[in-house]
Amino acid sequence: MGATTPMTGPNASFPPDSVGLVTPERIKINSPLKLDCGRSLPEYELMIETYGRLNAARSNAVLICHALSGDHRAAGYHTVDQKKPGWWDNCIGPGKPIDTAKFFVVSLNNLGGCHGSTGPNTQNPESGKLWGPDFPLLTVRDWVRSQVALSDHLQISQWAAAIGGSLGGMQVLQWSIDFPERIRNACVIAAAPKLSAQNIAFNEIARQAIMSDPDFHGGHFYEHGVVPSRGLKLARMLGHITYLSDAAMRRRFGSELRLATPAFNFDAEFEVENYLRHQGQSFVDRFDANTYLLMTKALDYFDPAREFSDSLADALRRARAHFLVIAFSSDWRFSPERSREIVKALVQADRNVSYAEIDSQLGHDDFLMPIPEYHKVLSNYLDRIAVQCKATPS
Amino acid sequence: MTLPATSAEGSLRPDLAVISEWIEPGSRILDIGCGDGDLLDHLARTRHVRGYGLEIDPTKLSACVARGVNVIQADVDSGLTDFETDSFDYVVLTQTLQALARPDQALTEILRVGRRAIVTFPNFGHWRVRMQLLGGRMPKTAALPDQWYDSPNIHLCTVNDFEALCAARHWTCLHRSLLDNALRQGKRIRAWPNLFAEVALYLLEDEA
Repeated sequence: MGATTPMTGPNASFPPDSVGLVTPERIKINSPLKLDCGRSLPEYELMIETYGRLNAARSNAVLICHALSGDHRAAGYHTVDQKKPGWWDNCIGPGKPIDTAKFFVVSLNNLGGCHGSTGPNTQNPESGKLWGPDFPLLTVRDWVRSQVALSDHLQISQWAAAIGGSLGGMQVLQWSIDFPERIRNACVIAAAPKLSAQNIAFNEIARQAIMSDPDFHGGHFYEHGVVPSRGLKLARMLGHITYLSDAAMRRRFGSELRLATPAFNFDAEFEVENYLRHQGQSFVDRFDANTYLLMTKALDYFDPAREFSDSLADALRRARAHFLVIAFSSDWRFSPERSREIVKALVQADRNVSYAEIDSQLGHDDFLMPIPEYHKVLSNYLDRIAVQCKATPS
Repeated sequence: MTLPATSAEGSLRPDLAVISEWIEPGSRILDIGCGDGDLLDHLARTRHVRGYGLEIDPTKLSACVARGVNVIQADVDSGLTDFETDSFDYVVLTQTLQALARPDQALTEILRVGRRAIVTFPNFGHWRVRMQLLGGRMPKTAALPDQWYDSPNIHLCTVNDFEALCAARHWTCLHRSLLDNALRQGKRIRAWPNLFAEVALYLLEDEA
């Protein structure tokens, strides 16, 4: 990550291009949310963070949609001695591509998340217990509807842009179709128009790993005072392989033994094993298994073309936004071919779209990296929007 | 047809100014190798033309994005398969034909995607080129400045070669503009086009 570590101690300060100290807010939405599964939530809470200032015309708001394991903590620091800033800090801040000197940036933890928004690990008001597996399964469309309710709460009638990578990009795409008048620009990064059988297969193995953990207890593990850590760890290890390219793993870990000679046992003998175990374990400490199940299902269900006779072009004919689609050459989870499907449909639908295929090394995770070419095209796109925000207040 | 003596827009590349005269207002166009997006930007402002550019260079792509020109990162070879048949009124290919692996196949694909094609290339039949070949060396001209070994121009052709290809493939030439490097016409070019034209511009349509 390109972000620098802040100084600590009595003279703590943050880098000049950091949004600095951030205080999350808990937003309560009192209107009911009807869900695709047929159920509804009478009310719910969303954790959000905002960076930058909303202009008088309320026309410079940018929505950040997060990916599978993301949350509202996209930029800056919660405490002066926090080591790592938010997950997209290299892209959000004064002078950065998503420039908080120009935009009012809103980042949220999605409904069903596990970092403060209403989800499986929050209390079900009806039972008084944690929701657990009783929390309804959600779709990307449900998320977008909840984000519309959030927009209403914030009195933002139209976003200057919605931006998201991976599953976040899918939310942006859905926004453009379902609420065309409410976003002027859609930045869809490292996404796909729907999941492939291979994508769903990986998600299914991840879910099976969690659900077959004896500590899962059908999702009611909170009541047993345990977490299905083995399953969740496996799920994350598997996921992590799909986030990296073969070349990146080879470069980073090689296939060298950590010791001079093989030990002929099942300890982490190779660097990559060590890395995956570490990634898996640290994920268990910060993520909820029920949320992971819910998020992967939302991915699997995503298919905005479904209700348009499987024509993505027909779906996107409803869109009014201008699009920026970005893919990464080394991404095999949602490869450039998948982004080109989106671009192709947009061209068929006669929408305004630009498409950049960034030459990259790491794989799917490159959408989080400060690759100069990537940040350049994103800044150029957003700078133009910032000028328009000034010229034509909505 | 009448050609503007100089570019009406000042900064627009002269050959692009000629081309833009051929494009009907309100058209949908695809500009292959669109560079910084000059032509598309000009046409959007002056002729309400909508469209997309194809560009592989990331710096040029970012420049297009900065000025609000729709641009898709792709090259001719892989880029056109994603477009539907007859999805554009015009497909523009300026000064790149001679650098393609298979210009004939590219033109076929261009005329599939677009109802009409606008193609420009340097005329390899120009007398200066011929003189240099007579002198026993590969030609270097203002339009073809590279050495034989590092030139991207691997499929050079003359005006006559190009027109023979068009005839063989039943591509109709709706407009032809043969100019010198200053983008001027002249009596000599009219009399001996393949000897005196330095730049050739064509508006083509597939008869099929």
